[in-house]
Amino acid sequence: MTKAELVEKVSTKINLTKKDTERVVNIVFGSIIHALARGDKVELRGFGSFRVRSRESRDGRNPRTGDTVQSPPKKVPFFKAGKELREMVDVKSASASSSEAPSAPGVVSGSTEENRF
Amino acid sequence: MTKIDIINLVAEDTGLSKVKAEEAVEAIIETIKGTLQEGEAVILRRFGSFQVRHKNARIGRNPKTGEEAPISARNVVRFKSGKHFKEAMNGAPVRFF
Repeated sequence: MTKAELVEKVSTKINLTKKDTERVVNIVFGSIIHALARGDKVELRGFGSFRVRSRESRDGRNPRTGDTVQSPPKKVPFFKAGKELREMVDVKSASASSSEAPSAPGVVSGSTEENRF
Repeated sequence: MTKIDIINLVAEDTGLSKVKAEEAVEAIIETIKGTLQEGEAVILRRFGSFQVRHKNARIGRNPKTGEEAPISARNVVRFKSGKHFKEAMNGAPVRFF
């Protein structure tokens, strides 16, 4: 789904002109970028949260020449899906594996997932 | 920042009533969720893309206790931020929206 398709759908759903709907879509996503740019975080209940994560500088390597290059520390936007969204997308596998250890893996996977970033 | 702050911004900026602004913001979020539920990706230029990815079952480990625990196969949402979003985090002006 692209932005144009999103605008189209929302516009029909709530009976708002496409022009106004597009403005709302722009404000929603623009304000999220603005908020993170000033160091704030954004929490949208049922959907998820956007936060800024800091990446430390690290020694990279030019794969062609093998030279070591320093990549500077930087900040990256990070999205974590909320519980409702997580469960919505996981519907199939959740029902397929609900008999085997339903609660514990969630806790573990949550933390290992975070460690990966 | 929460949903209410975004709704207020929308109302101020567009002149829509708060009720309508809330309806619009909710509809945007619900439409994105519904699309992801269908397994379809949502691609918003410059902002980023939301995608559903299948993860195979694996043996996980509790990082605190070191205990092993099975993690069943599942679908997860992955967000990949767009170029402009990333650059805005590192001092580039927010020139979009």
